[in-house]
Amino acid sequence: MKIQLIVNGTPQLVQIEDEMTPLLWVIRDVLDQKGTKFGCGKAACGACTLLVDDQAVRSCSYPIKFAEGKTITTIEGLGTKENPHPVQQAWIEEVVPQCGYCQPGFMMATAALLKKVPKPTDEDIDNNIINVCRCGTYYRMRKAIHRAAALNSELPITEQEKE
Amino acid sequence: MKKSLPLLFLLVLLTGMLFGLNTSVHVSNYKTIDKPVEVSNETTFHQLMDVLTHPRCMNCHPTDNLPKQGMERQPHHFDMARGADDHGFEATQCHTCHQKENNPYSGVPGAPHWGLAPASMGWQGLTRIEIAERLLNTETNGGKNHEALVEHLTKDALVLWAWNPGVDANGVEREKPPLSKEEYIAVVEKWFADGAVIPTK
Repeated sequence: MKIQLIVNGTPQLVQIEDEMTPLLWVIRDVLDQKGTKFGCGKAACGACTLLVDDQAVRSCSYPIKFAEGKTITTIEGLGTKENPHPVQQAWIEEVVPQCGYCQPGFMMATAALLKKVPKPTDEDIDNNIINVCRCGTYYRMRKAIHRAAALNSELPITEQEKE
Repeated sequence: MKKSLPLLFLLVLLTGMLFGLNTSVHVSNYKTIDKPVEVSNETTFHQLMDVLTHPRCMNCHPTDNLPKQGMERQPHHFDMARGADDHGFEATQCHTCHQKENNPYSGVPGAPHWGLAPASMGWQGLTRIEIAERLLNTETNGGKNHEALVEHLTKDALVLWAWNPGVDANGVEREKPPLSKEEYIAVVEKWFADGAVIPTK
């Protein structure tokens, strides 16, 4: 089957034999965007989190057939080196990653959270950011999420609307 | 050979008579009935409750705002909870992981509008009678009359998911409720057709 989708702003047409193929493998193996990671493969750890129409989704458990016509954002499309997303900037400032493997999933989940809750409380973070980090960087991530919210609020309104 | 033929004939005759006598004795032991045996309302009620109290149904009808999972009804992983609209939290919702159908690769179950039943329809820890009272009470069931309840119980895709629960993360088929889907639908329709009577306490 052929699937049309937009990945990080670029329209893509992919040919896939199995319509249940996880979106994760299309992103990584067909479109060669390796930032999104495979972790548990059962939608538990969150390493594969990306955005589908601005909603956080575990891509290891998201069949490609549901992505038809959708807009996908991965860590590669969140910001650029020259103009990082507030979440990426905050992650750099707080030196969050240790091994780094799970971090793209956390950052995408945080980006989704800030769209819904621009100034999340600790309780909002506990409820919404439920990914797993084996290095235990949770403490720095919490600081980074609050920092990202602050950076986001400093953006001009038009920039915030883009986020 | 010719001498043994009469003996053989006699033996066959005696055997036939014995079987005939035996059969007539057994038939006389049965009562004949004019119409099929009526299934009591209480039986229908308990058949319905056998399904509604099965983990496939009960796991999404918690009374503590925590979805349950598995036959052991353990709290949902990672502290997922009801949230404001029965579908999780602002950015991490049920459909972050649960899509419109089961996923055979990840083992994540899925069905349309995956989420918890409203808090007013929490059943966990209640008796069968209490569950039925909540089910029938329009103040707790979302204003549904009997017709709407039958519709919900027999046609809602998420309710009927219980008979297509898919496989778990290890590829093992999930257990289905104790009645077949067809038997369950017949039981629902009969219980409501008979007035949805809750057995006396």
